[in-house]
Amino acid sequence: MDLIMDNKIKIKSNNLNVFYGQKQALFDINLEINQNEVTALIGPSGCGKSTFIRCINRMNDVIDICRMEGQIQIDDKNIYDPGVDVVQLREKVGMVFQKPNPFPKSIYENVSYGPKIHGIGESKDDLDQIVENSLKRAALWNEVKDRLEEPGTSLSGGQQQRLCIARAISVNPEIILMDEPCSALDPIATAKIEELIDELKKTFTIVIVTHSMAQAVRVSQKTGFFHMGKIIEVGTTEQIFKNPTNNMTQDYITGRFG
Amino acid sequence: MTKEQRLKKRYSAEKRFKAYGIISVCAALLFVGILVFKVFSEGSGAFVKTAIQLELDLSKEKLNLPEKPTKEDFENIDFYDFAQQHILKIYPAITTKEKKELLTLFSSDFEYEVKDFILSNQNLIGQKVFFKITAASDLDQMHKGNYTRDIPEERRKVSNFQLTIYDFLLKENKISKIFNNYLFSNGDSRNPEIAGIGGAMLGSFFSIIVCLIISFPIALLAAVYLEEFAPKNAFTDFIEININNLAAVPSIVFGLLGLGILLNVFELPRSTSLVGGITLALMTLPRIIIPCRASLKAVPPSIREGALAVGASKVQSVMHHVVPLAMPGTLSGTIIGLAQALGETAPLLLIGMVAFVVQVPGTPMDPSSSLPVQVYLWSESAERGFVEKTSATIMMLLGFLIAMNSIAVYARQKFEKKWI
Repeated sequence: MDLIMDNKIKIKSNNLNVFYGQKQALFDINLEINQNEVTALIGPSGCGKSTFIRCINRMNDVIDICRMEGQIQIDDKNIYDPGVDVVQLREKVGMVFQKPNPFPKSIYENVSYGPKIHGIGESKDDLDQIVENSLKRAALWNEVKDRLEEPGTSLSGGQQQRLCIARAISVNPEIILMDEPCSALDPIATAKIEELIDELKKTFTIVIVTHSMAQAVRVSQKTGFFHMGKIIEVGTTEQIFKNPTNNMTQDYITGRFG
Repeated sequence: MTKEQRLKKRYSAEKRFKAYGIISVCAALLFVGILVFKVFSEGSGAFVKTAIQLELDLSKEKLNLPEKPTKEDFENIDFYDFAQQHILKIYPAITTKEKKELLTLFSSDFEYEVKDFILSNQNLIGQKVFFKITAASDLDQMHKGNYTRDIPEERRKVSNFQLTIYDFLLKENKISKIFNNYLFSNGDSRNPEIAGIGGAMLGSFFSIIVCLIISFPIALLAAVYLEEFAPKNAFTDFIEININNLAAVPSIVFGLLGLGILLNVFELPRSTSLVGGITLALMTLPRIIIPCRASLKAVPPSIREGALAVGASKVQSVMHHVVPLAMPGTLSGTIIGLAQALGETAPLLLIGMVAFVVQVPGTPMDPSSSLPVQVYLWSESAERGFVEKTSATIMMLLGFLIAMNSIAVYARQKFEKKWI
């Protein structure tokens, strides 16, 4: 436990406020996320968890009516500074979505697309290597190595989600954001992804939004509880689930509301 | 009302509703059937023509050729005289009137038909050959059974003497129906037997190509910009409303625009498929932008997010993923827009493509007609020969429209990808 506390802080949000038009979605969020750890964000639907992680790779920029105040720092640099290039930021911060969203292209193209547009892997051999490594790290290589030319959409749901993880790690990010990555999957596929997350945290910093308490307990070291756009409680996963200090947290994790 | 009664009432209401549906579908099919039957029964005759067999004596004396004829000698042959001599031999005609009646059984182009035949078959010189000459329209209609002979001579297009010749030719087996190549190779003409839709087809083809080249890239780029990049504000709303309204503007208004701007201000050549194509492009633009936007909108946002999340720029995510995925929809929208443009008549009338053009156009800069305008022109002609030509043109036009729509359906099904 002590070791975790000593970990370097990778992402830090300072007084983050986010608005969708007139409606405020996040209120003064202050959160620190440690390097090479899995941080789980829990809370009832519409509490702002997804909004928060979409701020970390500036995915909310796409939404016209979305406006934000405050800072998010990655390695002590504010990613909302005018000088920051969004494309480079997203190369560093990968994302896996709720519903598997492979491109309707071949498995190979799905994984090689990121490296290609960033100019990683000059030759065909380099690309082949990257694709193989990424698929191996996503624990998908053995299942697809003989059919890399088949469309990514022909895979099963769990495989598609692992393909999306392979796509995310193909550009060597430092952080991977996961927005309820298992909500569309069956328990077996979920178990595989959780195993994978455990493996991936050795190299990446992972932030995962989840609706499953059990999943948060299984995969994460740190947990943040969101409610109505506010952070109610943050702590080690053990502490949050064993001795929550806040009544609301207590009620939520025991299933009394949410 | 008891429960059973209510149930019964509901069932009969459902039955009634189904019956109304079936009746309206049948009525629609009946009308389409009548239209197709009428067009086909009237137009199918135009694909064949009546020809009269002549025996040509290609000896050098008859053709007035020296022993070793040069190219010039061939050019100098009096083909009219030569052909006339052979025609007059087919049946004894004594008076000038009779001779004239005999000659008018043949197409007014008989001289050129004989000339083309001899010039391209110079190896046959010295022999006697059989050659089929196109019959005049009135004999053609007679032979196809479109004229009755039971009415008095002065109300008939074919005189009694001509009828005797016709019966004689029929008995001698010298009259036959052959494929009407003129229908596809010739331009318009005052004589129905040599009038064709070759010029109109090429004119339509050039117009559609010009229309495609102008409208497709502009419409696609406009749709991509409006759908993917444009900020949502009052100005883009205004543009959107205007595009939807423009798609509903009557096509003749675009004809006026073409007349006022392209012809009068820019002084582009009148009656050409270039101007026709530009006018049609103006008309087609909003009609392509709308389906293009719809198909871009149909690409799920998760694909855009997936691309953005691996660090693609906005332009990359659109160009690498969204536009290719929307291609089936944009292509079929474009083809259907072009099919509408192909059938459009009103704007072309205003920019002068309604002119009587005999020459088959070689480039989009030549004056030409177009298929729907040709239908309009011929439908006004009184001669019986043009009636079947009108229907034949409609058949060709419908054929092209069906082909284009089938391509659109095929493209959509072939290239459509399933995302989940």
